[in-house]
Amino acid sequence: MKKREIALNGILKSNPTFRLVLGTCPTLAVTTTAVNSLAMGLAVTFVLVCSNMMISLLRKVIPDNVRIAAFITVIATFVTILQMLMKSLLPDLYSALGIFLPLIVVNCIILGRAEAFASKNGVADSITDGFSMGIGFTASLTLIGVIRELLGSGSFFSLSLGVRSPMSVFVLPAGGFFVYGILMAVINHITYKSEKSRLLKKERAE
Amino acid sequence: MEYLIIIVSAVFVNNFVLSQILGICPFLGVSKKIDTSVGMGIAVTFVMGVASVFTYALNAYVLTPLNLEYIQTIVFILVIAVLVQIAEIIIKRFSSTLYNALGVYLPLITTNCAVLGVALINVTPSLNYNLLSAFVNGVFSGVGFTLALVLMAGIREKTVTSDVPRAFRGFPIALITAGIMSMAFLAFSGMV
Repeated sequence: MKKREIALNGILKSNPTFRLVLGTCPTLAVTTTAVNSLAMGLAVTFVLVCSNMMISLLRKVIPDNVRIAAFITVIATFVTILQMLMKSLLPDLYSALGIFLPLIVVNCIILGRAEAFASKNGVADSITDGFSMGIGFTASLTLIGVIRELLGSGSFFSLSLGVRSPMSVFVLPAGGFFVYGILMAVINHITYKSEKSRLLKKERAE
Repeated sequence: MEYLIIIVSAVFVNNFVLSQILGICPFLGVSKKIDTSVGMGIAVTFVMGVASVFTYALNAYVLTPLNLEYIQTIVFILVIAVLVQIAEIIIKRFSSTLYNALGVYLPLITTNCAVLGVALINVTPSLNYNLLSAFVNGVFSGVGFTLALVLMAGIREKTVTSDVPRAFRGFPIALITAGIMSMAFLAFSGMV
């Protein structure tokens, strides 16, 4: 795969949130506000890039039959570093994300990329892949976060828009399920449409 | 009484899947048939109960006296991975029927965030749990997970045959269903 292809892969073609449907727990749990969503996305990106890099460097050393345990240990180490950094630098966000920060360890995107990409590719490509997947995840989370915050608390990145009675169901878990489901359906619809028009064009050309 | 409150809270009020949003991956992935969802639910409940005891004990009697709480996450995930492996070996040795029923789900449980989630919730200082309440919370959070999973499977078995708009097929309709279930579970809020 070319560099450019790897870099775009995570953002569009295999977007972790809407295409691969991985890491659904944080996607639904922390997207009550846009700021929390962005923070969660960046936290996952940090761990993803670091663990991809480390696993790619160690890929020839790790024995095949204990690789999952080794990957989880590497990921857990970076999550712990992240927890310590956030606790001292950003205590408010640290408490807002709660147990979902340590739960990054079991986020399937990170283990998934370690297994599917970093354990088979070089360091530079693995870092690019980590960034791409991380940015795709961050963008999707922020999109969900902005929508839920706008509808559920009537504000945009904590900036109040003066809505008198926002629909508070959207900041509850139920609203998270609805927004995520509807966004995924919209994306499916667009994909079907563009596929259809591409097929039509092909037919016409023939 | 204290334990009754923990049980009602874990199963209904703070249902792991529908109120706390933990364990969504298996909730969406393994909820297509009722029998497989029951199997998955039992396996998760078992691991959650055992993991709660071990992680709580390790945290209270080893990590806290040594001031090592900051490596909690690493220790917990390794304990869970080892427990899942041991559970697999024991079940395989003693009951082949149970192993055949649960076998495929066991490795998946390590990365189920409900298990690590309950371990981390049990050691939250503000809850002030002891070893027994951690165990009760672990087991009944698992029961709550199973309840949500089985209910979801029951609904999905019906929606398979219904005429869902093309763009909503698969995950989107499952998420909308989960949203409606989550709204229904809101009725329990404030009970405890």
